[in-house]
Amino acid sequence: MSLSDGDMAAIWLTLRLATTVTLLLLIVGTPIAWWLARTRSWLKGPIGAIVALPLVLPPTVLGFYLLIAMGPNGPVGQLTQTLGLGTLAFTFWGLVVASMIYSMPFVIQPIQNAMEALGDRPMEVAATLGASPWDQFFTVVLPLAKPGFITAAILGFAHTVGEFGIVLMIGGNIPGETKVVSVQIYDHVEALEYAQAHALSGSMLVFCFVVLLALYSLQRKGRPLFMTFGKRS
Amino acid sequence: MKISDIGPAAILARFKLCYADAANKGFILDVDTQLPAQGITAIFGPSGSGKTSLLRCIAGLEKAQFGHLQVQDQVWQNATSFVPTHKRPIGFVFQEASLFGHLSVMGNLQYAIKRSGSRQDLGLFEQVVDIMGIEALLPRLPENLSGGERQRVAIARALLIKPRLLLMDEPLASLDTARKQQLLPYIERLGCDFNLPILYVSHSVDEVLSLADHALVLEQGKVVANHSMTHLCAQLNGPFGVGNETGAIIECRVVQRDPQWHLMRVTFGSAQLWLPDTGEAEHSSKRLRILASDVSLTLKPCAGSSILNVLPVQVIAISTDKSKATCLIKLNAGGVDLLARISKKSVQELAIKTNDMMWAQIKSAAIVR
Repeated sequence: MSLSDGDMAAIWLTLRLATTVTLLLLIVGTPIAWWLARTRSWLKGPIGAIVALPLVLPPTVLGFYLLIAMGPNGPVGQLTQTLGLGTLAFTFWGLVVASMIYSMPFVIQPIQNAMEALGDRPMEVAATLGASPWDQFFTVVLPLAKPGFITAAILGFAHTVGEFGIVLMIGGNIPGETKVVSVQIYDHVEALEYAQAHALSGSMLVFCFVVLLALYSLQRKGRPLFMTFGKRS
Repeated sequence: MKISDIGPAAILARFKLCYADAANKGFILDVDTQLPAQGITAIFGPSGSGKTSLLRCIAGLEKAQFGHLQVQDQVWQNATSFVPTHKRPIGFVFQEASLFGHLSVMGNLQYAIKRSGSRQDLGLFEQVVDIMGIEALLPRLPENLSGGERQRVAIARALLIKPRLLLMDEPLASLDTARKQQLLPYIERLGCDFNLPILYVSHSVDEVLSLADHALVLEQGKVVANHSMTHLCAQLNGPFGVGNETGAIIECRVVQRDPQWHLMRVTFGSAQLWLPDTGEAEHSSKRLRILASDVSLTLKPCAGSSILNVLPVQVIAISTDKSKATCLIKLNAGGVDLLARISKKSVQELAIKTNDMMWAQIKSAAIVR
């Protein structure tokens, strides 16, 4: 089993993309998850639904709208052009933006669930111990929701590695820029290079299995987040 | 060493709180009261009477639409200002221990010390750890502690914030009876060891009787009584007189121990009693509980009785009881109030009237504190 230079470039690009997307999503997603977990606003329903949309929409639909939005005449395209960045379609950063939207529910939902499971009590306890709201968030909420963050990071990363349709729509097939592993495999199959398709596909299979194995082992070891006993009043 | 030196000023609490949500439909807390800012004050009442809501308002965890709260010389809430919880000098012990699971016991204590607003006070730390008996627990994680241990750590953590007021929301409610008995003495000591006023929410008569100096009694969100415990317990229809539990509590002093008969003599007012020696130190102050059903009345001190304690008393008031067969009689024994439960038939046959001088036979008395 051997991987060509093109395969290696696709692998590195995929890892770079997935890492970038995961880190950005953790930063952007945490406040959204926090808001969704805490709010009593009527907007919780609509915003929650928008966050979950990429779970059910075909990637081609998402990719199609993004392509139009990022194109020279789309709102995002016009903004980026005004800023002197050119258009995002068929670039690495265009792929990052598209992947962030595509993987968003996989990052936000585990964090939101972990934060909802905490309830109000840990923050109330911290408040009675003199912790300001920011202090409460960083010293109590983040550490207690850590398992949610780990799940979010692993799922976000793995899901970005596994995307295909949206990449084709928005990124195309530019080696070293937008040609990720899944597209590379597609190209190999199209060219009837089954040996190379096998090598790359096998690597992906092993990688995804190891990631999921790590995730599930981690969850099994999970210990109670917040020590309580007895009934709530 | 004391956490704070505070005069016997008062806590002024005035809250109106209405819950609009479905879960608490129609519940209104309407309290306008003044509590002593010293000793242990019980906030007592049945479930759903608003005890916890009141405590949460005082802590600032709940914001009443109309609230005025003044603790000694500080205003914590009025029409224009609201001091958020983290800026109020309070300690709060929740019903369930609520230790942070990601921190060790030591980490939980340090969380409070760091935010206590003063430099680390090693003396206080050692005193708190010692009184709560948690030295051996410091390196452990909360998940490896028993319920009683967790609650002791939670109390220690609340003390290390150096509060001016300690709020406790049924801290024993989630423990079994044996653990309760273990923890009670720790809480009893807090009031005097730290000179710290404590508001203690409870629906347990036993806890309130053995801990509190003063009680605020709530029913359906309203104050029905606010008095010292001795006063409340000597009332004919007091809040703690549930069924057979009716009885006075008396602050007394152990003055003598008799090793031959295993008895000890306690005095209160100008009266004295002989009780089974329970090993209390001589000259210590204790709280006695004398159940109304353990007190009987005679016209003359009768000879030939097996009852050890016979006190001269004056009848203050006679009231009907919950049972149709009995009456409750309030007595004055040497300046202290007692209650007796006797049958209506006896009241008639002995012709008992207010201001009569009689003799009370006391079958037993229990030391509750």
